[in-house]
Amino acid sequence: MSDTVIRVENLGKKYIIGHQQQERYTALRDVLANKAKGITQLFNPKPSKRPNPSLEEFWALKDVSFEVERGDRIGIIGRNGAGKSTLLKILSRITEPTNGRISIKGRVASLLEVGTGFHPELTGRENLFLNGAILGMDRTEIRRKFDEIVAFAEVERFLDTPVKRYSSGMYIRLAFAVAAHLDPEILIVDEVLAVGDAQFQKKCLGKMEQVGQQGRTVLFVSHNMAAMRSLCSRAILLNQGHLTEDSNVENIVAKYLAEEDISEAVVKWDSQTAPQSSEIRFIRAYILDNQGDYASLLDCRKRFQIAVEYEILKPLRDLRIGFFMQNLEGVAICGSNDPMAWTEPAREPGRYVSQCDFPGYVLNAGRYSVYFGADIPPYTKLLVSTPYCLSFTVEDVEGHGLLNEKLPGVVRPNLNWKVNYLVHT
Amino acid sequence: MTKLKIKRRRESSAPGETELIIEAGRTEKNYWQDIWRYRELFYFLAWRDILVRYKQTAIGVAWALIRPFLTMVVFTVVFGRLANLPSDGVPYPILVFSAMLPWQLFSTALSECSNSLIANANLLSKVYFPRLVVPTSAVVVSFVDFAISGIILVALMVWFAFVPSWRIITLPLFTLIALAASMGVGLWMASLNVQYRDFRYIVPFLVQFGLYISPVGFSSSIVPAQWRLLYSLNPMVGVIDGFRWSILGNEASIYWPGFALSTSLVVLLLVSGIWYFRKMERTFADVI
Repeated sequence: MSDTVIRVENLGKKYIIGHQQQERYTALRDVLANKAKGITQLFNPKPSKRPNPSLEEFWALKDVSFEVERGDRIGIIGRNGAGKSTLLKILSRITEPTNGRISIKGRVASLLEVGTGFHPELTGRENLFLNGAILGMDRTEIRRKFDEIVAFAEVERFLDTPVKRYSSGMYIRLAFAVAAHLDPEILIVDEVLAVGDAQFQKKCLGKMEQVGQQGRTVLFVSHNMAAMRSLCSRAILLNQGHLTEDSNVENIVAKYLAEEDISEAVVKWDSQTAPQSSEIRFIRAYILDNQGDYASLLDCRKRFQIAVEYEILKPLRDLRIGFFMQNLEGVAICGSNDPMAWTEPAREPGRYVSQCDFPGYVLNAGRYSVYFGADIPPYTKLLVSTPYCLSFTVEDVEGHGLLNEKLPGVVRPNLNWKVNYLVHT
Repeated sequence: MTKLKIKRRRESSAPGETELIIEAGRTEKNYWQDIWRYRELFYFLAWRDILVRYKQTAIGVAWALIRPFLTMVVFTVVFGRLANLPSDGVPYPILVFSAMLPWQLFSTALSECSNSLIANANLLSKVYFPRLVVPTSAVVVSFVDFAISGIILVALMVWFAFVPSWRIITLPLFTLIALAASMGVGLWMASLNVQYRDFRYIVPFLVQFGLYISPVGFSSSIVPAQWRLLYSLNPMVGVIDGFRWSILGNEASIYWPGFALSTSLVVLLLVSGIWYFRKMERTFADVI
């Protein structure tokens, strides 16, 4: 029996974005000023109606159509700005679509943020009731689940303390605990699992899986591909407001990893702006994935290559080209250079490329950036270096343990374990 | 929610649950029904604001007594003693306070109401509920202050051995008009405030200004008869006159044509306020 609970047809959402205004809200003065301009134009009809150059239409979503069956667990995948959050906001009736139509059957609860409406002055107990009401529970329902929620959040001792005195961890735990105990027919969840410490995240993911197994319909947005794969059966891929693919989650995750924006994976300098000295000029730097394509999103299991092209302007002896890599937290990851790769001592003027191959299973999931430099003996000072110019993200699509958590650390070796039987006791 | 769910199921004609349609420009058929469904949230928001109102203050709720009391003292001295305005035969403090009560109710309700959407911006952009819940619950909070400062009036009456007439039982009616007036203006201000933050500055000014153009410190009987109808264009004139009529039992303190005008203005403000709010609420989440 086909049992469609959500039907989205040709959904579109347009925003008007201003280019000059700093504030998101209009000030009355601007409106009056524009109106006044309108009046002067009325008397002076020469300049015909033209669009305001400071305003631009922006379609956050365009022609999106899909259907959700009862019990489906659907992941919504896309880059920042692809329209995921807008879609969820429209589905949860927070904002109206510009065109298109949605029909929904059943009680919807959406969780777009953890701890919406928490008031710092109120105690944990008071906030629990308030937040429950905001998420659509009534008093009897909250009372019934009260103990369960408190136990899940592990804040029993602080129930009567104002939440402004809570540590951020406690705050998030309480907030998520309330949300986790909603039981609607349709649950809409936006990237809220990325909160709290690893252990609590594990608990949250577990709770989410449980919700899914109870046959509820779940719409889930996350950038965590491992969580996506474990929670969802189907996924839709959004790209700049368009729905580009609707298929099973494995396909979509693969597509998502493949279609990334390569602008960070390639950098090209022109002869004026390039980092250069009288001896050498950088031309281009890029990252290639195992297929030899430009890539800024890499699979931790696959090998990849970092490369830099440069022009040597005068003969150089014992030139070294190298790179330095750090992660998003600014932790130095590694550095390497190429002297062994060029067997002759001198390099004649001309264009060269230095390529560095990384095997798979080296970097852990995370975001990294790279800069390049060149030096000559006595290697005390760089001849020239580039700024951090390449960035890439490593994804761990394998997932670990029951709940697909990220492994600790910056390296992600593929290690072999053995267990041997020693003594029977 | 179970009870509710069963009810909703029964209502729907199709098998299963009611179907919700989301479309551009669709004014929801069951908006008012939705407001009823979200009464829990209404209750909790009001409860939160009441709880928070005097948290971490040393004397707490006493503020709800001190502020109107001191204003009353100042007004009595300035208007009653220094300016020697007539008191229509009742003790001046009672004359002032019977107007202080509705004025305080109106001014706090108006300020709370017009700021309510901005103050709950995080809710508006993250959760769905009929937006009318927010300003309405804000108004309820000021009603609590009103009830508390009512104690002062009782104390004054005891002090001056003033016995009100039967008309005191009509007081709830006038209170409702005062609430309607603050709701009406407040809804306009709240919706305009979302788009134009200028109203954040206009409202305090309006409240301050209103205190002097409304008959709070004096009886409206000092206004020359030919101007009274015009004076009643201020919706609070009708409300305050009504309060005085009800509390002081003084026939002269109310001017019925003016009262009718004020009250119809209040109704007009409230209806148009709701209309404008409903018109704008669809875009609140996008512009706030």
